[in-house]
Amino acid sequence: MTASQPTFFRRLTASKLFWPLVALALMLLFNLVFTKGFFHIQIKDGHLYGSLIDILNRAAPLMLIVIGMTLVIATSGIDISVGAVVAISGALVAMMIGGTLVLKGGVQEYVTLVPMPLAILAALGAATLVGLWNGLMVSRVGMQPIVATLILLMAGRGVAQLITNGQIITIYYKPYFFVGNGFLLGIPFSLYIVLAVLLFTLYFTRRTALGLFIESIGINPKASRMAGINAKNLLLCVYAFCALCAGIAGLIVCSNVKSADGNNAGMYFELDAILAVVLGGTSTAGGKFYLIGSIIGALIIQTLTTTIYSIGVPPEITLVVKALVVFVVMLFQSESFRKVVFNRFGGKVGQS
Amino acid sequence: MESGPAPILEMKGISLSFPGVKALSTIDFRLFPGEVHALMGQNGAGKSTLIKVLTGVYPPDQGVIELDHRAITPASPLEAQKLGISTVYQEVNLCPNLSVAENISIGREPMRMGRIDWKRLNEQARTALAKLNIHIDVTQTLSSYSVAIQQMVAIARALDVSAKILILDEPTSSLDEQEVELLFEVIRKLRDEGLAVLFVTHFLAQTYQLADRITVLRNGELVGETRAAELPRLKLIEQMIGREVSQESGSLAPAAQVAMDQAAPALVEAHDLGRKGSMTPFDLKIRKGEILGLAGLLGSGRTETARLLFGADKADHGSVKMGGRKLSLSSPRTALMNGIGFCPEDRKTDGIIADLTVRENIILALQAKRGIFRALSHKKQEEIAETYIRIIGIKTSGMEQPCGKLSGGNQQKVILARWLATDPQFLILDEPTRGIDVGAKAEIMDLVIQLCQKGLAILFIASELEEVVRCCTRVAVLRDRVKITELEGSAIDENAILHAIAGVQE
Repeated sequence: MTASQPTFFRRLTASKLFWPLVALALMLLFNLVFTKGFFHIQIKDGHLYGSLIDILNRAAPLMLIVIGMTLVIATSGIDISVGAVVAISGALVAMMIGGTLVLKGGVQEYVTLVPMPLAILAALGAATLVGLWNGLMVSRVGMQPIVATLILLMAGRGVAQLITNGQIITIYYKPYFFVGNGFLLGIPFSLYIVLAVLLFTLYFTRRTALGLFIESIGINPKASRMAGINAKNLLLCVYAFCALCAGIAGLIVCSNVKSADGNNAGMYFELDAILAVVLGGTSTAGGKFYLIGSIIGALIIQTLTTTIYSIGVPPEITLVVKALVVFVVMLFQSESFRKVVFNRFGGKVGQS
Repeated sequence: MESGPAPILEMKGISLSFPGVKALSTIDFRLFPGEVHALMGQNGAGKSTLIKVLTGVYPPDQGVIELDHRAITPASPLEAQKLGISTVYQEVNLCPNLSVAENISIGREPMRMGRIDWKRLNEQARTALAKLNIHIDVTQTLSSYSVAIQQMVAIARALDVSAKILILDEPTSSLDEQEVELLFEVIRKLRDEGLAVLFVTHFLAQTYQLADRITVLRNGELVGETRAAELPRLKLIEQMIGREVSQESGSLAPAAQVAMDQAAPALVEAHDLGRKGSMTPFDLKIRKGEILGLAGLLGSGRTETARLLFGADKADHGSVKMGGRKLSLSSPRTALMNGIGFCPEDRKTDGIIADLTVRENIILALQAKRGIFRALSHKKQEEIAETYIRIIGIKTSGMEQPCGKLSGGNQQKVILARWLATDPQFLILDEPTRGIDVGAKAEIMDLVIQLCQKGLAILFIASELEEVVRCCTRVAVLRDRVKITELEGSAIDENAILHAIAGVQE
């Protein structure tokens, strides 16, 4: 029993998901002690309510973006235009569904300019187009990913503002609220979307050769080309998919707040997403990637935000607190740091 | 013994070991002012290591370096430069986005009142280049000039630091003929002004055009220092390869030398295939079940030929036919789809995917051939990996081991396995035995011969002529990026190949 313990422990700590999970667990533990009723979940009108559900629901857009971002980062690229894509997608869907309040005899009537499915498809189509553009710049023109997507980080938000004419468009069409606020079988509908995209991506990366090729390109693009992998088309698809994920996130964000704000929707999402991917154990240098890890990373970030609000950290220092926590988590992700710490205090753990 | 000026630089008894390798053992080397001294040797002979010792990158374990009869111990390239030892590396390492003048004076810009004196800076650059007979607009960015001019700028920069010794490490590898001539003129001018030039190249012809004195290293040992005029080509190659050409190379019957039917149609047929700046157009035919060797010194165009045939570099001249059908080899992918495989020379950068497992590395090309959606099941992958680990004898603690952790020879075998798994018709092996131990070498050689007997057509590139002689049915000889001749059957022996490489009639 005692003999098998270290190997089990080592196998556990060697898992890429171990440290992200520890970080998340510590954060939840902190809340268990300091935030009253944090773990309390109640059923209201057949819907689940509580801080945990709230965190999951609020993290939905980030989780979606993180799925796409993980693949992009695995190719040793980066996509900093996802926040702008969120804005474009939201603006387009709001524009097409329409923003006028129609009252008939004092009762609101739900009208759309364009049928809702069509509006959603158009928004997702536009997002994918943006992604294809990014992919084209990276794979065919040979631009550095950060530069290529920087263009759309700026221009994309401009396009979103053009679509909304610089105004905030309010959506009055109630069926659309379901996307971001609805419940299905007691659970927020947005979580079903996340789950669907996650399962889809897991399936395509792990049940086809896609994941292998992505990792291969991320680790050694030259050798991958020599092995006959068509990196160009693969990169194109990965960037398009990342933008599509951001487009879906845009639909949820827009539905959540029942409006589209070309100026602020999805602001700094790219940074949170990159952070989540890194927290989840995928290296920004590319290569091996961990989708579930990234999802945990997204949950860490959202839990942190919610915690900071619920324990009442003064707004002027929230960013500093957030930065400190992220810094500590990152330190523990670093293998060389862990070696130094554990060799000093434990001795046993750090040795391989 | 030798009259004339005293050497400006003397390196005596230089030894250097890396973990497990003796890189240099008691090397003596000297440089005279007003001479161009060529340092020659095969890959791994210790040329660049010696230069790195001289420029302070590695401190020697033993031995002394004397500059102007004073012992020096440079601890960094910068220190060496301050002592008057300047180096221009193979790849121009300047800043392409800065102006020519900035590149020349970077790090020691003339200042005036705390600011850079641009007028003087540009003037200095013009003077420095004028010394080399180069007159260009020094305010233009470096990247707007050809590689040759960039090379000159690098030299101007090196000389600007009052150099006593100029080291040129393969300065001509990316230049065309005219550019080389331009460079040589400059070097000759500098030599006549009394500079000591150390010149490293793989091109034989260039060595004789330029060098006054030649030092040859082999396997980290000094073979000899000779005046260029007294060292015939053949002798030089002998020194580099370490085998006497006159000696009977023995009548060991080459294992794979089967009489090939002359009339048998070629499986792969390259016609007039070439690429500007890399390989002069050549014809090449390879039949089924034949091992065609490519012999030549490093830099003679062996790898370039292989890359053209695999589509890794796009040919701008000629065509390739396979089984009578014309191929448009635009990328390694098209080659793969047409049943061509390629084990590249530099397995670290072009071959293995270090962080992926042995299993993943083995099935990679086969999976690429099948496409994304026809994924090999995990079980099938394990079967394939297991088969090849067993057949080829890959030593690994398991197929889930990251490939980067394997030894060089086993990594090479993994790449070989990767291509065999694709069931190719034509396999290109570029130095499959380079840098691996003797046992693994023999194993890989045997494997190559077995494959050929199974009907594969193989293009085999090796620096070790013994290997070429042992397994090839035909040998094409390259020199300075031109295909010189082909040897066949009993005509293949080391002497004949050496003579062909040297360009001497037997």
